[in-house]
Amino acid sequence: MTLDEVKRDQECEIVDIISEGIMGQRLLDMGFIPGTRIKVIRNAPLVDPVEFLLKGYHISLRHSEAKKVEVNLL
Amino acid sequence: MSSKSDKIVVALAGQPNSGKSTIFNMLTGARQHVANYPGVTVEKKTGSFRQDGARIELVDLPGTHSLTSYTLEERIARDFLLNDKPAAVVDVVDASNLERNLYLTFQLAEMDVPLVINLNMMDVAEKRGHKIDIQKLSRQLGAPVVPTVGNKGKGKERIRETILATSKKGRAAPFRIDYGDKLEPILDSLEKRLSEETEISGRYPVRWLAVKLMENDEEAQRVVRKYSKKSGTILRLAEEKREAFTLEHKKSPQKVIAIARHKEAQRIVEASVTRKKEITSTLTDRIDQVACNRYLGPVILVATIYLIYEIAIVQGYRITEYTWPVLAWSRDLIASLLPSEGFIFDPFFRSMPLWVVDGTIAVLNYVPIFLILFALIAILEDTGYMARMAFILDRIFRHFGLHGQSVLPMVIGGLYVGGCAIPGVLACRGIKDEKARIATIMIVPLMNCLAKIPFYVLLVGMFFAAYKGIAMFFIATITIIIALSIAKILNLTVLRKKESAPFVMEMPPYHLPTIQGVLRRCLERTWLFVKKIITIVIAVSVIVYVLIYFPGISKERKTHYISQSDQAQQTFFEKTGKDNSYTGLMTGDNLMEFTRYWRDYKKAKMGAKGKNAKEAIDQEFREKNFEFFKIVKKGKYEVKGEMIKDKHAKKVYNAYKKLSKTTNKLRREIKDETIITSYMGRAGRFIEPLTRWAGFNWRVNIALMSAFAAKESSVATLGGIYQSPPGEKDTLEERIKEKEKGWTALHVLAIMLFMAMYPPCIPTLLMVKLETGSTKWMLFATFYPIVLGIIIAVLVFTGGNLLGLSGMQAMIAFYILALIFLVLMGLIKREAEFI
Repeated sequence: MTLDEVKRDQECEIVDIISEGIMGQRLLDMGFIPGTRIKVIRNAPLVDPVEFLLKGYHISLRHSEAKKVEVNLL
Repeated sequence: MSSKSDKIVVALAGQPNSGKSTIFNMLTGARQHVANYPGVTVEKKTGSFRQDGARIELVDLPGTHSLTSYTLEERIARDFLLNDKPAAVVDVVDASNLERNLYLTFQLAEMDVPLVINLNMMDVAEKRGHKIDIQKLSRQLGAPVVPTVGNKGKGKERIRETILATSKKGRAAPFRIDYGDKLEPILDSLEKRLSEETEISGRYPVRWLAVKLMENDEEAQRVVRKYSKKSGTILRLAEEKREAFTLEHKKSPQKVIAIARHKEAQRIVEASVTRKKEITSTLTDRIDQVACNRYLGPVILVATIYLIYEIAIVQGYRITEYTWPVLAWSRDLIASLLPSEGFIFDPFFRSMPLWVVDGTIAVLNYVPIFLILFALIAILEDTGYMARMAFILDRIFRHFGLHGQSVLPMVIGGLYVGGCAIPGVLACRGIKDEKARIATIMIVPLMNCLAKIPFYVLLVGMFFAAYKGIAMFFIATITIIIALSIAKILNLTVLRKKESAPFVMEMPPYHLPTIQGVLRRCLERTWLFVKKIITIVIAVSVIVYVLIYFPGISKERKTHYISQSDQAQQTFFEKTGKDNSYTGLMTGDNLMEFTRYWRDYKKAKMGAKGKNAKEAIDQEFREKNFEFFKIVKKGKYEVKGEMIKDKHAKKVYNAYKKLSKTTNKLRREIKDETIITSYMGRAGRFIEPLTRWAGFNWRVNIALMSAFAAKESSVATLGGIYQSPPGEKDTLEERIKEKEKGWTALHVLAIMLFMAMYPPCIPTLLMVKLETGSTKWMLFATFYPIVLGIIIAVLVFTGGNLLGLSGMQAMIAFYILALIFLVLMGLIKREAEFI
């Protein structure tokens, strides 16, 4: 599944980033690498974007961006 | 850069939210200088300090997570390191977030710069139960590590010492990340190949370049192309290796490199940091449960925005009531230094400089608002709430090609009613997405700035008196509707090819801003603004002056006015009578002197409030010239405690009052005629056949065109054009109604909408040029609103007339139409999703 499908408070593990170029690089730079645990904290009031917790810091992505992150639910 | 031998250039790098600016302030103190990096709009701060006799110049690089060539900030930081070759680089690292911060540290180390690692925010790390083995970390990274608590000034001396020592010694130990046995052989071969190119290896660290080529970095490729004659072979080699690697390992080298860096960071952190406790819920989490809550979040956001508007715009405007007299006083001071005014014609070297001064103080008048606004923005940025604003609003704004962060500039520009586009455009700096940033800069001037308000109030009061509230609501919201549509259109057309960035946004922990930090930033930005704007405002207002006052009235008309004036003076002397003891006092140049005395006295009296102030003024003018004083007091004055009634003085007073009235009338007529026959007046008449479709006659054209210098002047120009006949004290509203009998609410609606779309004032345009770094964008920001305004005005006026709509009906119809258009624009899919 991809990260945009994960529900609030669920935790998962990143499997892969399915994007090259600027988007992929940015995600990699921010620590979205395979094996990292990531948790959905909350959706914005209008559902999109979504706030995540990974490696102790908070980061928000749009759904279209979270779609580029392949994950496994834990 | 290090051309001067006594100056050591040191760069300050670090990720966003690492406390880099706090460290910068701690190290350099008050000796700072802000400019832009050449050719771009990214702020470049430099500061200096002395350490053991050496002068060290510290350059603050943009805060970046990485050093790729994808974003402007990263390119700037990288270019500085490569081209300016600083003697040392301080890497500010958030000690409480070590693992992620090391990701940048590695990239700096790979560039072979002499590195000083600054472990900042040690207190936060300790609070979170992280214990960091500094020695071990330093060994692992091959660079000195200095712990600090930036906002408390702890560690200042040690870091200064280490900077100086490192800048002398150079790099402590080579550092390399092992990218694994799949990639290393490739890197090795590329490295060897690049080493053969002396032009390249003399300038750039070859291993770094090899890594970058494998990352498919465009700037690195450009470097090879620039410095190697065999760039084709090298780039082809890199390309082949990259493709072969991706095919074989099902992963791009780019990904493998990033993963290796993160893994290395993980390894180093595990080796040098022990964590005593895991904190489950931080204060930030608890605040965000409320601040980003589905229902409370938007409420808090609206309240925050309203508060900013209230404090900065409303209260700030109140402060200007206290600062204005200071500006007015300085204007009078300048006026007193210029050649004196004439009876009916003022010398050029008086009226032109005064025009410039007026234009300048009109802008300076807003400085209190800027100070408050910039302070509040600094607080929003420092606390971390800005990121939450973007988080909550992004969904709405991105439908129109904007960013969640676009809301703040729009509020400052006057999202509701009354703002200022100048700081609004400046506030766009925070927007990370270049495409959205330019779009926001383009639409901020469409908001309703403070200067547009008197114009609306005047016209609404005249033609929509029964629906004042509705009409003001219409104006306040229609601008938002139109602005959002425009943003989307720009996004789909002229901005299509602009660089867009992923949203991916860090939500930093909340953080209490320091007073010093906030003050520093707000003063810095205000000063930058004042310095840049004022110089150019002066230049431009001279041009506008020429357009409005030249070529001036003809010689015949001039003679005509002079003879009228002479005649009035003659009548004055006839009326005072030959036997009047004051006549001698008023002949020749004395009449002009008395005229100045009279004007000054009237002006002083008008400004004085309360009995005491009035008496003080009387005393002052009495001392200045007692004989003149007798006249301006209508012959009633006191001598040694006795009230005297001086008939002669009273006669002179009455006669002079008539003369003064005639003179003022002549002055107004001259001004009127000058404007009408000026270049701008001619243009106003020239375009009348066209603007008639929008319901504008030439008088309106002139008023609208003169508003270009500063919108405040539109009401004043209208006042000038619709002069009240002498002796009558009609309000401007009544005078306009008198002269424009044919006007309907439809005319006025068209004028108001044109004003709503009015091109930015000159200071704002300069800000646009500054912030976009391009004259083209400035010209675009000037002309698209004119075209848009005319289209809308024609649509409303001609369309309304054809359909036989009343002003109110046309207003509602246009509103609905605009809303439908907005929704349609919002529904158009954004192209260029990132792959």
